Amino acid sequence: MTQRGAAVVACWLLCIGTASWIVARANYVSDLSAFLPAHPTPAQQLLVDQLRDGPASRLILCGIEGGDAALRAKVSIATANRLRASPQFLAVDNGAATTTERDREFLFEHRYALSPRIDAERFSVNGLQQAIAQTIDDLASPAGLLLKSLVPRDPTGETLQIIARFQHGPGPQNTDGAWSSRDGRRALLFAETRAAGSDTDAQQQAMATLSKAFTAARDAAGPAAAALSLNMSGPGVFAVRARSHIQEAAVRLSLASSILIVLLLLVVYRSLPAVALGLLPVASGALAGVAAVALGFGTVHGITLGFGITLIGESVDYSIYFFVQSQGGNAARNSAGAWRRDVWPTVRLGVLTSICGFASLLASGFPGLAQLGAYSISGLIAAALVTRFVLPELVPATLAIRDVAPWGRRAGRALAAIPYPRSLAGVVLVAAVSILAVHRTTLWNRELSALSPVSLAEQRYDAGLRADLGTADVRDLIVVTGPSLEAVLQDAERVAMTLDRLVDDGLIAGFDSPANILPSLATQTRRRESLPVAAELRTRLSLATAESALDAASLTPFVADVEAARHAAPIAATSLRGTSFAAAFDALILHEGTRWSALLPLHGPGAGGAGDIDTARVAAALHSDGIASATILDLKQESDSLYSAYLREAIQLSLAGVAAIVLLLCVALRSITQSLRVLAPLVIAVVCVAAALSLAGQELTILHLVGMLLVVAVGSNYALFFAHVERGHAPLTIAALVIANVATVIGFGLLSFSRVPVLEALGMTVAPGAFLALVFSALLSAPERHA
Amino acid sequence: MIRARILLVVLALGCLRASAAEDDFGALMQLLATRTHARSSFIEQQFLKLLKRPLESRGELTYEAPNRLEKKTIEPRTETLLVDGDVLTIERGHRRQVLSLRDYPALAPFIEGVRATLAGDRAALERLFDVSFTGSLSRWTLMLVPLNADVAKSVARIQIDGTQDDLLRIEILQPDGDRSLMTMRRAAAP
Repeated sequence: MTQRGAAVVACWLLCIGTASWIVARANYVSDLSAFLPAHPTPAQQLLVDQLRDGPASRLILCGIEGGDAALRAKVSIATANRLRASPQFLAVDNGAATTTERDREFLFEHRYALSPRIDAERFSVNGLQQAIAQTIDDLASPAGLLLKSLVPRDPTGETLQIIARFQHGPGPQNTDGAWSSRDGRRALLFAETRAAGSDTDAQQQAMATLSKAFTAARDAAGPAAAALSLNMSGPGVFAVRARSHIQEAAVRLSLASSILIVLLLLVVYRSLPAVALGLLPVASGALAGVAAVALGFGTVHGITLGFGITLIGESVDYSIYFFVQSQGGNAARNSAGAWRRDVWPTVRLGVLTSICGFASLLASGFPGLAQLGAYSISGLIAAALVTRFVLPELVPATLAIRDVAPWGRRAGRALAAIPYPRSLAGVVLVAAVSILAVHRTTLWNRELSALSPVSLAEQRYDAGLRADLGTADVRDLIVVTGPSLEAVLQDAERVAMTLDRLVDDGLIAGFDSPANILPSLATQTRRRESLPVAAELRTRLSLATAESALDAASLTPFVADVEAARHAAPIAATSLRGTSFAAAFDALILHEGTRWSALLPLHGPGAGGAGDIDTARVAAALHSDGIASATILDLKQESDSLYSAYLREAIQLSLAGVAAIVLLLCVALRSITQSLRVLAPLVIAVVCVAAALSLAGQELTILHLVGMLLVVAVGSNYALFFAHVERGHAPLTIAALVIANVATVIGFGLLSFSRVPVLEALGMTVAPGAFLALVFSALLSAPERHA
Repeated sequence: MIRARILLVVLALGCLRASAAEDDFGALMQLLATRTHARSSFIEQQFLKLLKRPLESRGELTYEAPNRLEKKTIEPRTETLLVDGDVLTIERGHRRQVLSLRDYPALAPFIEGVRATLAGDRAALERLFDVSFTGSLSRWTLMLVPLNADVAKSVARIQIDGTQDDLLRIEILQPDGDRSLMTMRRAAAP
């Protein structure tokens, strides 16, 4: 090794060391935020908050299945009791009576602060008379039995007023003391974690605690319970599963594709050292890619690691070109030198083409795509540099690999035997374009969930649990923002007045508000101050009940309670502890820095809160009431429009990338015809893949688009080589391309078996695309001999 | 000797009577079970210690086999209580409340007691109550005392009087001495 060579290798080792250190210390995240905008609008911000840290993100929904209903309920109750003892959970609910009891106590104790009916008029002689007459009516009703014990302390029926505001439906079905699904096949339980949904480690721990509690409860329930199983769902659960799927994909598929590629290279080279050396650019590239992302973005998205596999497919090509086309770089150094002179410029142009393609992704407003761009660019540069500078230094003089020139000759002959190659390519292109034209309306998937790392089966199970629990995703909600909790609660109360009117108009069926659970201090004070002093109340009561069936003498407890309420401390968020209202309140209040938001989910006018809400009319009503701090948010539409913007941006960026590639080729090749010759096979390959996917019923997502960009990136090498094939090395070049192509197809082919939908999409686009790019490059480079 | 013989006769008669009652109870349950539909008008009086005078209401009670019971009050104001399976629906004016019967252990025994009697479901009755039958098929009284201690907190006993498959009177006594009395008259077949 020359002195210069030693310096190169030392420099490389230093870089590898640094990159390894960065990779080891990097911060890895794996949630949907990779696909959420980095600079969101306020509405998008809310959506992102909700998806990442919102109360909905903390929900773990559980279904207990197997065995019989009584056993399931028993295990559900025992599991919930164990979970309540754990500090990891804010709330656990399965319909068992314990929480309900505490909830009722809370509502009853604070009824004079909570009841919307409390004002000075309510406790006037006239108001008392009317309220008491109503209560007597209620007593005669079928539910009167429930009410009777309340009357001496609450003769005006405030408790009923409050409860009415919380009831929207029957809630989940209760079987043997615990919630069950409508079909009665599973017991239901939900747990709210203390940690945010985006804290995947904490979510994983919470899931483990839940599993352990269930197993312990099941084991304690006797041998018959052994048939019971626990199924979990929810955003945090999905994040944990996605992470493990991605890790699994990254580890298992990388391993599998590495093994297959190693085997391929062994068959080709018949030399272990050559194989080992050939993998150096790949490993260096992967390491450099992750390190670059960690440096540039601070955090590395798990999905970016999944893309690591894709790099194997492309970067291994460089070393294949090197070894095959320089005949192992062996015998005489001049062979490697010739490679540098004749082949390297073409490889370099291929690398630059790929970089142009991926550079467009860097500009993306979405971290996931930008990271993919950074990762690919730095990975490819590193792999190419290692191939160009380090490999020649490390190849021992005695290294010999199999002569693959005969393969190349055979492939060349087979290629030449294809009749009318260009016309064939033209016909295929026309057919593919026609298919795309027919499918043009259904070509793209426009929903954010298309990017979800969660499988369709898991999404369906989740939807089933939610339907049973009645926690169907809220679609429309009103957001009130302000500088303090008191401010947003006061505004939420003003919004509620408008919404009450809309309920009367039948525009919405109802709504939830945090101010129903915790009224603003102003409202609480106003209500408290409207309560009369004991002596005055007694006088009014005797006047109000003079003609009534109710005996004023039995109302002493009422007078005492009102007097107590006059001196009671106001309800604070801390008063909610131990009741299910704590979780409900947390779910409706967001707090970040000095920005507070209150959420008021709206219930649709249809059965069970379904049915579309005329959001324009709601917005108009809010506007005409002059509530400026409130906005109406359609979450589904917002998330879909977010994705549409994302898709549009990705398409624009990809087109920009393609334009950059065209420009680069024109400049480098100094010929428009030459550039077209390089581009044509790539375009045909991409169009064919898109057509094939559409034909197979696949809706294209952004990941398919990225896959097409990868096809262009990988395929540009093939096209460039074929464009240069006349310059000699023909059999070796063809052999190298075929081998490189097999390696790429293996890498991406395996990816299409991934359980992570986004990786699967990438695999099923690039594997056939790369193959087609090679075939069309070959076809278009051949002269129309049989014409 | 004679005394012993008289004692025996008395005992035998007693047994005879008991088994006659037993037979009548079985026959009553069978008779009730064969009906798929029943409709009566009712007058209900509630005597509550809380109130100076009883509350009175009138309406109609409809039963459809196997487990649908509707109590429709017409006076003093219209309201409907409908139990179908486990789902309890209460309608008053524009307000409609749907509840699960299991969530309201205080309401459930009264409804289950009346419904199981109407259905002739002896097993259900005996699962919830200590049942005693007196009288004969032509004039009978069922006394239902809740078995469950929690239930006993809201209902002390339910007494149902009837003739053949007609229910005439349902009296519910609460542990605090409050009671309600429902007097019924079979409505003409619709």
